[in-house]
Amino acid sequence: MEIFLALVLGTLFGFVLHRVGASNPENIINMLRLKDLHLMKTILLAIGIASAVLFIGLTLGLINPGHISIKESYWGVLVGGMLLGAGWAIAGYCPGTGLVALGDGRKDAVFFTAGGLLGAFIYMLVYANLEGGRLLHAIAGGKSTLAATPTHYPALLGSIPGLVVALALAMAFMAVAFFLPDNKDSKLSVPK
Amino acid sequence: MTGQLDWLKGGIALGLTFLLAVILVKPIGVSTQFVILDGLIWNTFSKELIRPDSTAKSGYASSNAYLDKSGGKYAANIKNPANYSFIFALSMILGGILSRLLAGPTPSARDRVAPASWRRRFGDKSGRRYALAFVGGVLVLIGARLAGGCTSGHMMSGMMQTSVSCYLFALGAFMAGIPLAIIIYGRK
Repeated sequence: MEIFLALVLGTLFGFVLHRVGASNPENIINMLRLKDLHLMKTILLAIGIASAVLFIGLTLGLINPGHISIKESYWGVLVGGMLLGAGWAIAGYCPGTGLVALGDGRKDAVFFTAGGLLGAFIYMLVYANLEGGRLLHAIAGGKSTLAATPTHYPALLGSIPGLVVALALAMAFMAVAFFLPDNKDSKLSVPK
Repeated sequence: MTGQLDWLKGGIALGLTFLLAVILVKPIGVSTQFVILDGLIWNTFSKELIRPDSTAKSGYASSNAYLDKSGGKYAANIKNPANYSFIFALSMILGGILSRLLAGPTPSARDRVAPASWRRRFGDKSGRRYALAFVGGVLVLIGARLAGGCTSGHMMSGMMQTSVSCYLFALGAFMAGIPLAIIIYGRK
């Protein structure tokens, strides 16, 4: 059953990433050089909608809180984010969109994915030297959230009901999505 | 619903996809699967890489510290590649193929070698683009593994759960990505 869900959800995710234009490196590059923010608007709206419905579902008991999975905070997250951001700007791909771009028949994505396999391998080899070090030492409460969830994860704003915090953040994301300019130049990069 | 979706339709579709994954299974993440594929390849050359270990939480241990972490979780996934996350990542390629065949945005032959911004800046030669795409891939996956997730796992899945770490991640990614993209490709 899980494998069936993996096939269906993975295919859906790849389909949607392709449809919103995220697997087209031109869109990523134009977003990062602040020329065309339509993908940024897409991402922010998606986060806002998903977050709002998730917390409403959790509050009503309709969504299994056991599915919540929070990643730890440590300085390596910031440094790793910067390394990823640099590669993202150079290539125009991130790990997921690179895979979808393979399905799009993009040859540069083959090289990106091969580089990704080498990068992951390098990290596997150096991890032993980082383990237990300061770069991976938990900060900001470790696996923490801003909004309280019905889980064991600590919430930084735990004194306020989680739904209130989450809806406020979701509305902020959606508001920014609506107000960012939608550059019509993006139509130029959309083939018919 | 042909061609590229505008941000409103696209944002709704993308948001519902992330939501559906959390409701049915767990938050979406991709970059770990590069480690699993590396491990699968490595495991065909090495007899010692992964061994059964009844004291480990996952039932497997590894001679590699990274594969051995969290109770040998990655080691176990390499021994059983038909697991949810690995099949999910592979299926994404299929999703890209399907969308292209079903009237999605289709890149031109030149777009398949290098995006237009690149060609404007560096010309049509494929070699340099492939080399730099490779270098970008190396950086992206070292970064994603150090951060413990990528754009999907940290930025999207993380922010929807209001995870604190994803704000650190997004800050780093845009702090490096925006200036570098402007330097490489220019503003115009």
